[in-house]
Amino acid sequence: MAFAKRSDGRKFDELREMEAKVGVVKRADGSAMFRIGKTIAYAVVYGPRQMYPAFLQDPEKGVLRCNYNMMAFSGSGERVRPGPSRRSREISLVTEKALMPALDLSNYKNTVIDVFVELIQTDSGTRCAGITAAAMALADAGIPMKDMVASIAVGKLGDKILADLTKEEEDYENAVDIATAFLIREGKVTLLQMDGELKKEDLIEALKVAKKACEQINKLQVKALKEKYKTK
Amino acid sequence: MNDYIITLVQKGLRDDGRDFKEYRPIKIEYGVSAKSAEGSARVKIGDTEVIAGVKMEIGEPFPDSPDEGVLIVNAELIPMASPEFESGPPRIDSIELSRVTDRCIRESGFIDFGKLCIKKKEKVWIVFVDIYPINDSGNLFDAACLAAVAALKDAKFPALDGDKADYTKHTKELPLKKAPTSCTVINIKDKFLVDPMTEEEKDAMARLTVASIGSTVCALQKGGEKPLSIEDIDKMISLAIEKNNELVKLL
Repeated sequence: MAFAKRSDGRKFDELREMEAKVGVVKRADGSAMFRIGKTIAYAVVYGPRQMYPAFLQDPEKGVLRCNYNMMAFSGSGERVRPGPSRRSREISLVTEKALMPALDLSNYKNTVIDVFVELIQTDSGTRCAGITAAAMALADAGIPMKDMVASIAVGKLGDKILADLTKEEEDYENAVDIATAFLIREGKVTLLQMDGELKKEDLIEALKVAKKACEQINKLQVKALKEKYKTK
Repeated sequence: MNDYIITLVQKGLRDDGRDFKEYRPIKIEYGVSAKSAEGSARVKIGDTEVIAGVKMEIGEPFPDSPDEGVLIVNAELIPMASPEFESGPPRIDSIELSRVTDRCIRESGFIDFGKLCIKKKEKVWIVFVDIYPINDSGNLFDAACLAAVAALKDAKFPALDGDKADYTKHTKELPLKKAPTSCTVINIKDKFLVDPMTEEEKDAMARLTVASIGSTVCALQKGGEKPLSIEDIDKMISLAIEKNNELVKLL
């Protein structure tokens, strides 16, 4: 089955239009907004701060705690019931795992660094947009980082490998959807989730496409971070 | 208690140099979640930022109003907006904010509920207004009311596809009348201030949120520990009505 052309006219490895901004929530210790196409994610960081309940404290290092949430009106179709769901809790977990390898929390014993990701409007790729925004917010908060993290979904439709799937493309017959995140400097993978059926060779090819896309997103992250500290 | 704020107020001053009757700059932006929500808006009052979105579903009317639509207003003090907000089930200040905003909209007659009826006793539109603070630098009450009203003004009905809503198409605007706004006046010592910042809110001895349209008051909520005299209430309401008549022009 051949897939010839993307409905929005993009090249197969082309990302949707993106926008990144740092320092969008004044009361937070760090914050960022990342928009890719029509998906808009906000991420804020509070901490390092005292960890409660105390039994969750780690005497060796700080703990990263992520929370992903879709605003009630941000889904397509009916209202999303407020509060955590199985889906949002799993995304919170993989967000933590995607970001943690970039951080050095050894100086923050017994504390927590809270990351809150909020989706204002969604199309597709919300977890990836959240992770990309969260990495900027952590940098903005001045949390020691060994590396930077950027995130993108890639996939396979028909015989083509595509970067940054739209909602429509995700729903395409037999589409394969792969969520990834990369440590930019090390070039290693910190998020990997997939559904669909795929040959190993195609997966490796898709990961190469994802790595390039994340490097492109990272340029925008760096630009947005520098923008905040420009003297006017 | 923050002696600095109280000393300033007694001298007739505020930390950011404003007059007691002066709001911080207000910005309203419509359609901030246009892809997802039926209507949406972002309101900034100084550094305070609130987003509201409207979602509409088809449901059953309440037995005591069989030919009227249903309004559900929900505000969530999400932990992104302030280090003082925590995750978990809604706390009392979330519930108060939801209910006060709900009363402002419901009691003002802003929405013509009769026109939200699809089939009497069976099918009506349920209008959900969800309000989220993005950054709390004080006066969430007035920002939430402005955002909710703006999101409703921005909203359009989803198309009807037989018994179901078709969210890919939208038709006409909601049946709305004159918009209410709310103005929250706080009392510190013998002074009355509008649009309190976080530090001023903490030192407020009493607060009064007044929703009004023109000279008609449509909802009230007193907060804070200090009892208010009738003369105080008179002053606070007059001030709130004056400010509400300015706020409504921004919508």
